[in-house]
Amino acid sequence: MRGRQTPPFFIGQAMNITVKLFASFRTGRFAEQRRCCAEGCTAGQVLAELAIAEAAVGVMLVNGKHIASGQALSEGDTLSVFPLLGGG
Amino acid sequence: MAEKIYRVNMTTLTVSAEDVPREWAALGGRGLTSTIVAKEVKPDCHPLGKYNKLVFAPGMLTGTACANSGRLSAGGKSPLTGTIKESNAGGSAAQCLARLGVKAIIIEGLPQKDSFYSLHVDKNGITIAEETELIGKGNYAVIKAVRKRRGDKVGVLSIGPAGEMKMALANISVRDPEGNMRSHGRGGMGALMGSKKIKYISIDDAGAPGVAIADPEKFKEASRVFAKCLLDHPVTGQGLKTYGTNILVNILHEAGGLPTQNFRTGRFDGHDKISGETMHDTIVERGGKPSHGCHAGCIIQCSQVYNNKKGAYLTSGFEYETIWGFGAGCCIDDLDAIAQADHMMDDIGIDTIESAVTVGVAMEAGIIAFGDGKGMLGLLKEIGKGSHLGRLLGAGAAALGKAYGLTRVPVVKGQGIPAYDPRSVKGMGITYATSTMGADHTAGYSTATNILKVGGFVDPLKKEGQVELSRNLQIATALIDSTGLCLFVAFAVLDKPEAFNAIVDMVNAKYGSSITGDDGIALGKSVLKLERAFNTEAGFTKTHDRLPEFFEELCPPHNVVWDFTNKEIDSFWDF
Repeated sequence: MRGRQTPPFFIGQAMNITVKLFASFRTGRFAEQRRCCAEGCTAGQVLAELAIAEAAVGVMLVNGKHIASGQALSEGDTLSVFPLLGGG
Repeated sequence: MAEKIYRVNMTTLTVSAEDVPREWAALGGRGLTSTIVAKEVKPDCHPLGKYNKLVFAPGMLTGTACANSGRLSAGGKSPLTGTIKESNAGGSAAQCLARLGVKAIIIEGLPQKDSFYSLHVDKNGITIAEETELIGKGNYAVIKAVRKRRGDKVGVLSIGPAGEMKMALANISVRDPEGNMRSHGRGGMGALMGSKKIKYISIDDAGAPGVAIADPEKFKEASRVFAKCLLDHPVTGQGLKTYGTNILVNILHEAGGLPTQNFRTGRFDGHDKISGETMHDTIVERGGKPSHGCHAGCIIQCSQVYNNKKGAYLTSGFEYETIWGFGAGCCIDDLDAIAQADHMMDDIGIDTIESAVTVGVAMEAGIIAFGDGKGMLGLLKEIGKGSHLGRLLGAGAAALGKAYGLTRVPVVKGQGIPAYDPRSVKGMGITYATSTMGADHTAGYSTATNILKVGGFVDPLKKEGQVELSRNLQIATALIDSTGLCLFVAFAVLDKPEAFNAIVDMVNAKYGSSITGDDGIALGKSVLKLERAFNTEAGFTKTHDRLPEFFEELCPPHNVVWDFTNKEIDSFWDF
């Protein structure tokens, strides 16, 4: 399930991030992937690239902290994306 | 037929049926068990002595057609914590009792003779019989034998060897529709049942009058709305059914709140091997059941049947808390070993959370090493045998920690802290500190709002808003625990006001009452306050509403500490 995406061409600086998907979001996608994206890219843009509807997202974490989809990512960030979950 | 309170006197071996006092008429579940315990049990009594009582009560909506309403409350003074205790469980018993018109069973006194007994509940009342054949037997054997004696559909409440030995981590097992087990897990209620010398209670609801409903049409309408809310919500409608509660391993790991190696860090390297995603795939691959309900009428279906490598039944009701505790907590990244432990614990009759925290403390003590799965199974065997080491472990995490002179002992009021690090999921820390039950995640599940973003969002790493969050959740939980509803309905209720309104409408339709949502909240508050008043009389003060001081250490990866002042914690009770 782990893979490395071919870096697309960007105008300006590109950066490397790690994306982790969980539960149903893994189906047809991956569990963890290193990706390249344009500098200043937001979590929401990564979701759009992965065809994950924002409405289906329960929780997004960057480096283990909760974020909103508009947050810009930085070089080396780990973005973890979960559907709405419960348990306990 | 009017509902009755049954009083079982184990000293005289007699049973009496009483009319329900007016002030108890509209109560059920936790609201009723805690009210009875607060009124009738001496708060300073020994939990295993003659003055303690074991009270069972189905919830206000149990036995009706309302979805997910089959919970049973067990109350008394806890042999583990010394506080008041309500522990609730699914399984078939609650619905059988409610249909028989049993409002509550109060078991009191101690037998004069050194024999064990069984109780049988049916449409004619309750009978007591001496039991010899099943003494020393595990819960699986007990349930099998009782089904043979009393018929395949019989409801069963039983204790395993741990309960017979009055171990503080003993639970009470409840038969589920398939004949496997759910548990009144926390607080050592199995030891209380063992002290009353009751091996099992069988319940046959053949010919039962059923639950009276004042306005059946109104009830049907409200229960439809409620069921639709559960089915439409992504968590209660799909999420829990697909992945079970164990889906939480990965999200707690990512968020840095998965207590690892006896609460040293918030992340576990072996998380993926024990995760809900891995467990789901393993269950499907081995022909188990990824979804399963613990009682008839459950539409959430969070339970599952987990098979071994050969495709044969190994365990069911295999929960996040158990998998966290033996997995991350004890650093055992082997789901099969944990499943085997789950089966053993159900059979011996011990609480999986207290057992996991205790094994973590045993590893801290150096009895076995962190990560030693075989050693862990060996310790559980010792508990089942009742060896000297087994007895020490069976006294729970706090007692074991004391015996070994340890300070890293994760307990509050003597009860093991469950699966969310209070430093990085701070709302849970407030719940652990202030709960009337000792450290208990279900008492006020702040994880919902801290981590899962259900019912809004309160940043788990900051102090702001946590006391209020935990307070509101604990009040709402005391209400839900009184209705007989599974606590997981809260995932839908927190997001959908119409689900809460439907609960109020169902209560009104059943009782012919006209209570409001505010009355429900007032009930939740009054339950918490009467439980706290019992604890105060039992000798607990605000100094017991504290977390162990080792939580002042940094918790990686966020390097956070438990930083609430005593005044901030104590403000929880300002309502």
